[in-house]
Amino acid sequence: MSLKHHLISPLIGNNPITLQILGICSALAVTTTLSTAITMSVALTVVLCLSGGVISLMRHHIPPSIRLIIQITIVASIVIVIDQFMQAFMFEMSKRLSIFVGLIVTNCLVLGRAEAFAMRNPVVPSALDGLGNGLGYSLILLIVGTLREFLGTGGLLGVPLVKTVAEGGWFEPLGLMQLAPSAFFILGLMVWLVRVLRPEQVERPEFRLETAEDRRP
Amino acid sequence: MSELLIKSVFQENLALSFFLGICTFLAVSKRVDTAVGLGLAVIVVQAITVPLNYLIFNLLLLEGAWAWAGLPEVDLTFLKLVSFIGVIAAMVQILEMTLDRFAPRLYRALGIFLPLITVNCAILGGSLFMVERRYDFGESVVYGIGSGVGWALAIITFAAIRERLKYSDMPKGVEGLASAFIVTGLMSLGFSAFALVTP
Repeated sequence: MSLKHHLISPLIGNNPITLQILGICSALAVTTTLSTAITMSVALTVVLCLSGGVISLMRHHIPPSIRLIIQITIVASIVIVIDQFMQAFMFEMSKRLSIFVGLIVTNCLVLGRAEAFAMRNPVVPSALDGLGNGLGYSLILLIVGTLREFLGTGGLLGVPLVKTVAEGGWFEPLGLMQLAPSAFFILGLMVWLVRVLRPEQVERPEFRLETAEDRRP
Repeated sequence: MSELLIKSVFQENLALSFFLGICTFLAVSKRVDTAVGLGLAVIVVQAITVPLNYLIFNLLLLEGAWAWAGLPEVDLTFLKLVSFIGVIAAMVQILEMTLDRFAPRLYRALGIFLPLITVNCAILGGSLFMVERRYDFGESVVYGIGSGVGWALAIITFAAIRERLKYSDMPKGVEGLASAFIVTGLMSLGFSAFALVTP
């Protein structure tokens, strides 16, 4: 396994959101506009990369029985730094992301990668694994954020791209895109698309249905 | 108060309109009985931790909380994430030991789900919303119970739908995760109709 592998494989092949089902909460909540999605992606990638490195650095000194508490404390300290930084330099944005920056602490993606990778690998691969998973997460967030903001408002990053009906144009904004259900639908359709392209990702069904064709002799 | 209760159960359902705890929501909803167990555990933990975190935040962390000790300018609010998650982890641990001692059957039924609650973002999210919306103590008790009940309601309903869903003949690629997302989306659409409910 080369170092590059850690960086590339989480992008599509082993994507944290569509395959590992990690970190979905925040992915859905911050994607109403592209700018919040970008900010959240950057914040989470930084936290993942740093926490992977730090936890891997300390992995021989962490007693297994209390490792979860230690991992959470490390992650929480990094998140506090990010949160304070955003409140100081990008106050508007931190208000719009509301509690979701703080919720990076309990983002299963961060703890999942710490537990599954950083606890048993050297520092450089762990940091790269964090970076790669962060980029995989960002990729999904950017796609969902672009779709929701464009279809919901007719613009991107707050800049109108097509004229909406209210301004005398032709584009009717889809109000649903700004509401919660659309995030589930878009992510569900994306998982479907990825699984049609890569059938090996489909989870094995508990049992198979017998169809009319099976019964024909 | 009753307005806040109804709002936190239906209109501002943590799982379906704020996407909190969705990872657990998708992972532990294959069977109704496990969903009921997890839902009950979330209600208990949420109802205890939200008021507890209210007390800790207002008596220890808020600016001026240390005025009685001659330190009126100390502002420890930046510590809220670490202290909240510490309280939650400790609460879950205590609950686990209490159940093991006094209700071993329930303890065995909940099994792995109890420790998992620590990293369920619905629990931390509830406490953070309590701070952000400046609830007072009474409101935080009601909000803790209401949001826990809302989350439990969502996961139990979803598990019941999902149990039926496995007999359906879906196209390749949709079965499993993709269908779970789409069903949750439809449920969320249904719950948004509760916005019209007023007590």
